[in-house]
Amino acid sequence: MPETNHLLIKQLKTALFGPVDLSVNEGECVCLSGVSGSGKTLLLRSIADLDPHEGDVMLGNETCSAMDAHEWRRQVGLLSSESQWWFEQVGQHFKQPTSDWFEKLGFNNEVMHWQVSRLSSGEKQRLALARLLENNPKVLLLDEPTANLDKENTALVENLVRCLTEKNNTTVLWVSHDADQIKRVASRHFRFSQGGLEEAAI
Amino acid sequence: MNMILLSVYDLSLAAGLILLLALLSFRMKLNVEKQLIIAAVRTAVQLVLIGLVLKYLFEQVNFWLITLLACIMLLAAGREVMARQHRHFAGGWGFGIGIISMFVSSFTVTVLALTVVVQPDPWYTPQYAIPLLGMLLGNTMNGIALGMDRLTTSAYEQRQIIESRLLLGETWSQAIADIRYNSMRIGMIPMINAMAAAGIVSLPGMMTGQILAGSPPVEAVKYQILIMFLITAGTGFGTLTAIWFASKHLFDDRDRLRLDRFKAKK
Repeated sequence: MPETNHLLIKQLKTALFGPVDLSVNEGECVCLSGVSGSGKTLLLRSIADLDPHEGDVMLGNETCSAMDAHEWRRQVGLLSSESQWWFEQVGQHFKQPTSDWFEKLGFNNEVMHWQVSRLSSGEKQRLALARLLENNPKVLLLDEPTANLDKENTALVENLVRCLTEKNNTTVLWVSHDADQIKRVASRHFRFSQGGLEEAAI
Repeated sequence: MNMILLSVYDLSLAAGLILLLALLSFRMKLNVEKQLIIAAVRTAVQLVLIGLVLKYLFEQVNFWLITLLACIMLLAAGREVMARQHRHFAGGWGFGIGIISMFVSSFTVTVLALTVVVQPDPWYTPQYAIPLLGMLLGNTMNGIALGMDRLTTSAYEQRQIIESRLLLGETWSQAIADIRYNSMRIGMIPMINAMAAAGIVSLPGMMTGQILAGSPPVEAVKYQILIMFLITAGTGFGTLTAIWFASKHLFDDRDRLRLDRFKAKK
């Protein structure tokens, strides 16, 4: 019986990358790096089943293709490198009136009334993470989540993710270019090159 | 009251006005004179041809000939819907969605009006069936074309937002809901506006035509009200159907936004 948050990628392949095989243990944080354009974002999109692909992904003993797509994406949450906001106020993008994660991300409940047009790119990025965590995803796919953040806020996000892996057994696949960051957060590190994964030193 | 018949000379005078406008366009370098002349010639030729076809049909009252003409009108309207969109679905879908929605709405409403409301004998009497269907198809086509163009353009422009909503666990239907409502509204608003302005700002063409042809105004008005209600219902149902099918076809069975199903106009 596999652990419920164990992520298993089997022969995942599109015209642009693959095949990729990877097994990430429950509560583990694995980092991916690679030159831009190597297909890291596309890999995350395929794991979230947002792009057509061959192969399959399993979460615990549940198979992606056997689950409703929207249900899969609630459990396997992808945070894009650029967040999108479509209503005027921050709060309209959230289902609940408050988020347990605001404090850990450097906000308080007031942020719900803020205008989206006045958010900085760093604020948007941290709020997008809080928005995604409302679904309580079992797996987090993070696409350069700290690219727009200063040192202090990067630390907030890293600590939050560490808290999730340790306390909630959340499984994390983290795309990062920062070697120091990979050292801080990852238990394993893979380099994405020529459409496939190679294990690399941390 | 007798109808005053128009002679070729009368029509040439009106054509003279078009020529004058073309000349003005040429002098002012507006560059529409060629389009203007071609469109005017097309109007004349197409209408004369349909006049001859109608004359023949009215003499025959043959159900199958009328059905054939109705199908040709439907296909032409379907092609027009596709031609008016900047991005349309590739393959049979681009054509099919328009055709099916127009068939469902225009044909049903026309048959209903003929069999239940107007009740000519036989119900497919071409004097009634063809003009009714023509007006319904023409307006439904406008509504569907406007709505579909809004839908496909918005989906393309807001693709990142739609995908972002999908990634937050929304279904395809939730992720496209706002765009779908807007597109449905856009398709229906011209008819709602036309009803609101009828008689005050504009005298609708059908009624004007009947009055010019010698009908008593109140009788013409009754027909016009009937037509406007039928057109609005037909356009509304047709637009709702088309937008629903089209918005569904923007996604595959795994709720992925599939913009690769579009073909952009060159």
